[in-house]
Amino acid sequence: MSIAPETAARVAKLARIKVEPEALPALAAEFNTILGFIEQLNEVDVDGVEPMTSVTPMRLKRREDVVTDGDRQAQILKNAPDAREGFFAVPKVVE
Amino acid sequence: MLDLTYETPKPRVISGAKQDWELVIGMEVHAQVSSNAKLFSGASTKFGNEPNANVSFVDAAMPGMLPVINEYCVEQAVRTGLGLKAQINLWSAFDRKNYFYPDLPQGYQISQLYHPIVGEGEILVEMGPGVARLVRVERIHLEQDAGKSIHDMDPNMSFVDLNRTGVALMEIVSRPDIRGPEEAAAYVTKLRQILRYLGTCDGNMQNGNLRADVNVSICAPGQYEKYQATGDFSHLGTRCEIKNMNSMRFIQMAIEVEARRQIAIVEAGGEVVQETRLYDVDKNETRSMRSKEEAHDYRYFPDPDLLPLEIEQGWVDDIKARLPELPDAKKARFMGDFGLTDYDASVLTAELDAASYFEAVAQGRDGKMAANWVINELFGRLKKDSLDITDSPVPPAQLGGIIDLISSGDISGKIAKDLFEIVYTEGGDPAQIVAARGMKQVTDTGAIEAAVDQIIAENPAQVEKAKQNPKLAGWFVGQVMKATGGKANPATVNQLVMEKLGL
Repeated sequence: MSIAPETAARVAKLARIKVEPEALPALAAEFNTILGFIEQLNEVDVDGVEPMTSVTPMRLKRREDVVTDGDRQAQILKNAPDAREGFFAVPKVVE
Repeated sequence: MLDLTYETPKPRVISGAKQDWELVIGMEVHAQVSSNAKLFSGASTKFGNEPNANVSFVDAAMPGMLPVINEYCVEQAVRTGLGLKAQINLWSAFDRKNYFYPDLPQGYQISQLYHPIVGEGEILVEMGPGVARLVRVERIHLEQDAGKSIHDMDPNMSFVDLNRTGVALMEIVSRPDIRGPEEAAAYVTKLRQILRYLGTCDGNMQNGNLRADVNVSICAPGQYEKYQATGDFSHLGTRCEIKNMNSMRFIQMAIEVEARRQIAIVEAGGEVVQETRLYDVDKNETRSMRSKEEAHDYRYFPDPDLLPLEIEQGWVDDIKARLPELPDAKKARFMGDFGLTDYDASVLTAELDAASYFEAVAQGRDGKMAANWVINELFGRLKKDSLDITDSPVPPAQLGGIIDLISSGDISGKIAKDLFEIVYTEGGDPAQIVAARGMKQVTDTGAIEAAVDQIIAENPAQVEKAKQNPKLAGWFVGQVMKATGGKANPATVNQLVMEKLGL
């Protein structure tokens, strides 16, 4: 599997990360190095092996249906570049 | 036992310029799970709070925050699955659906693409007495809702409220078994009814707690049967998905207009492009949501923050044992036990509160009479005041009391309606009101006879006319009823008038 600069541009766009065109080949090359490393794993025969989801025998932790959080509007909005009347204010997005 | 013999409704056929076309529809309904807290955080799900008040650091996707699943939301999904006679998967898992939008701070929605918690089920969609379609449910999965963007508070900015972010949704996916706009609306209505009976979703469409994505395609007659026989989708047309419908009426209008759009394209020699479309109510048209298309690459992968969701058969059995009586069973029981018509039973079981009210009235009384009073008098009167059955000023015991007074012959049907109005507006015990206000029906033949004699004696001219034309006897009955304040037994009056006039 090889990542072309166009694919790198598409991934960047989907993640809404601005990448200058001249930086794309280097980014694609980096992707390829990572994927190449991961592709080594394909050499291992895992037929009939159940995927391991945890290294410890743990059950998915559950919570009760009780309201224990919230009412912290000021804290939630604190890092927002712009907030008005309790809302996050973002550049206009409309369908 | 449930009587499930029914006829399958005919599919909707639309005549194009060149040939007839049939519709094929599949639905994805998003139902907000009724719970106190969100799916993966302890923030409240309450509607209408201050913006961003129901938000935890998990919902705001602050770095390092980890999701912990709300066990009750899982229980609600299982309950819904059981209510739709579906397979419950004891092993399911969560995946990330990646996309960028301001009201999705995580940058992904936690959903269940590969291993949903609920598998195949079914919904019986009734289209009239004895006519119904069994629509297959493909799956139900649990996922997070997104936040809400408000676009009209500022000319240049959108305002984002994360209160709904992370609230649990059930996505209920049907097979393409629905064959027309009316069936589509009936499907959503039935699903909503079942969810409300189960208490797993309040079904409030106005608040967006129940919304549907509708997949529409067209095919030539005979093609759908080929698909059914083989399971091969290539026999069907290309589908378009109409997003986010939250009104039964608009669902029907959107399907109709979308089907006609596709027919026009195909008959002109073109091809329908599979895409996501939006229904514009004002223009009554659907249009492409191009922005959505671009972001359609969701890059799903298993969520590394969450272990697989493993549940025990014993727990599922326990939920099953506590399932309430569901609409189909209740309707069948109302028809069987109370002798109701299909129509009356449908009306009375549409809402659980109405069904319970009716049952309280009908207990130990004539079921049909109880149904008549609840449907015609009570529902009619409540509708006039825009009241819910739960707000009824007349409790079941009092309506039952009115019916008892009719049954015992104490009051006539006409007086009963007056009595109902008094109880409705003023309250009070029906029997006491009848006694206190002298509304009791006069069954004493002597008293009625006297009234009849008096009317006859006072109106010799009318007597002569009536002897020529017996139809005029009704005038005397009316006069006697008036003279007795409507309390005379109409049958007795009628009989006496006829006798006295020698008719």
